[in-house]
Amino acid sequence: MQTYDLEADGLRGLNSALQAQQNATNQTSWEVVNPKGSHAIAVGLDAPIEVTIKGSTGYYCAGMNQQATVKVEGSVGPGVAENMMSGQVIVDGDASQYAGATGHGGLLVIKGNASSRCGISMKGIDIVVHGNIGHMSAFMAQDGNLVVCGDAGDALGDSLYEARLFVRGSVKSLGADCIEKEMRPEHIEILKDLLDRAGSDAKPEEFKRYGSARQLYNFDVDNAAAY
Amino acid sequence: MCGIVGLFLKDQSLAPQLGNMLTEMLITMTDRGPDSAGIAIYGAESAGKTKITVQSAGPENDFNGLADELGKSLGATVRQTNNHTHSVLEIPAGQFEPARAALAEIRPSVRIMSHGDMLEIYKEVGLPKDVADRFNLRGMSGTHGIGHTRMATESAVTTMGAHPFNTGSDQCLVHNGSLSNHNSLRRKLRREGVHIQTENDTEVGAAYLTWKMMNGASLGEALESSLEDLDGFFNFVVGTKDGFGVVRDPIACKPAVMAETDQYVAFGSEYRALVNLPGIEDARVWEPEPATVYFWSHSDSPAPQEKAA
Repeated sequence: MQTYDLEADGLRGLNSALQAQQNATNQTSWEVVNPKGSHAIAVGLDAPIEVTIKGSTGYYCAGMNQQATVKVEGSVGPGVAENMMSGQVIVDGDASQYAGATGHGGLLVIKGNASSRCGISMKGIDIVVHGNIGHMSAFMAQDGNLVVCGDAGDALGDSLYEARLFVRGSVKSLGADCIEKEMRPEHIEILKDLLDRAGSDAKPEEFKRYGSARQLYNFDVDNAAAY
Repeated sequence: MCGIVGLFLKDQSLAPQLGNMLTEMLITMTDRGPDSAGIAIYGAESAGKTKITVQSAGPENDFNGLADELGKSLGATVRQTNNHTHSVLEIPAGQFEPARAALAEIRPSVRIMSHGDMLEIYKEVGLPKDVADRFNLRGMSGTHGIGHTRMATESAVTTMGAHPFNTGSDQCLVHNGSLSNHNSLRRKLRREGVHIQTENDTEVGAAYLTWKMMNGASLGEALESSLEDLDGFFNFVVGTKDGFGVVRDPIACKPAVMAETDQYVAFGSEYRALVNLPGIEDARVWEPEPATVYFWSHSDSPAPQEKAA
């Protein structure tokens, strides 16, 4: 176990040490103490290592992650796991706005609530939120799965492409071109797997599925009012 | 960008440390706003007196004999406490308007930062740390206070463009964001008789709340109607004589985090600003909801919280 004191030794040293880890590294387990809400902790990692952050973080924690598992024992500021490619990011507390934005792959788990714009423009990432999500979540989401065990705020899935949205609780309102869809056996399978991996005991049958009505993909003057 | 910090004490034994805690929070927010910094602090009141905080670019001349001359105009005794480029004038209660008129005559170059029974505002251009040192903000005590670090967008980097803004007795406001309908609203509010000193968008936000409260609204009601009438991005943190309020616009793209313990309610643009507060590890920490008014008062039971939209 490598322990890094962020307050004493600084952010740049931490990120260069973590980014220098290779696939065959034997320093596979890292602990970051005294994060104190700092920005850009553990960003740009590309090795199968596990990093545990002992406290809350600021903006852009675990951005651009590949392969690594980053656990935050606290809450995260805006833009956690932004543009993640692979690996896992697990947040014990809440996440601020645009969690998992533009993510291409990997799994983001938020055990508390996520605020507005969760999964905005997601492109293949899987996001599981144990609590609620805020307004404009999954705006222009292209691919991947967003699972919400609680409620969703206004304008869920506005201008949605092919991402799948699963919500167990209420949805305050759906965005333009987002509709409720039938939950078929293959969706139950996807959901079961994601809930298992995210450590949630919610039952897949309790969720509703939302997706794109595919009316706004190409501009059609008859749809002008819907944009 | 801008940074906001606010601290409302429930446990008055912390009052002597308010200035120190707020200064720590303010300095942490330097990289959100290195242009200018300011603090509004609600300190001790003396019965029958109103405080005016004034500012001057040439304090050695402007503040010389100011209390005597103002006292002569008002026919009363005025007490004067200088602090760097600011000075606090204590005048008889109810004499603010005559005092404002007299100041414009006898010291036209002096600017009024705030007025009220408890409120003092200190703000200047410069790094938050330097501004705090110049006024010795760390040594100040009070029941609640609000601070701001500014990265200017809507008006020039000047003392008068720095936050907090005060537009009514003991009222102050800081803002992160930008208002887009401030010009038309400023004209309307001036016609309604609200005193607005600058071309700054935030001052219009403050003046709007003052105008609402002049017309009978509570701070909570004024904040709720701001969601209808103000166009643009805003996180507002406001102070009144005994209250502390927070509201975010419905889009809520400006960051905000709050913490509450038995001892205090704190606001920060980022969690970083709160990390050194006592007992923060066990505080209830949350992100305020969009279009929702949060308000605490020393005169009510703690933490009324109402949904506005």
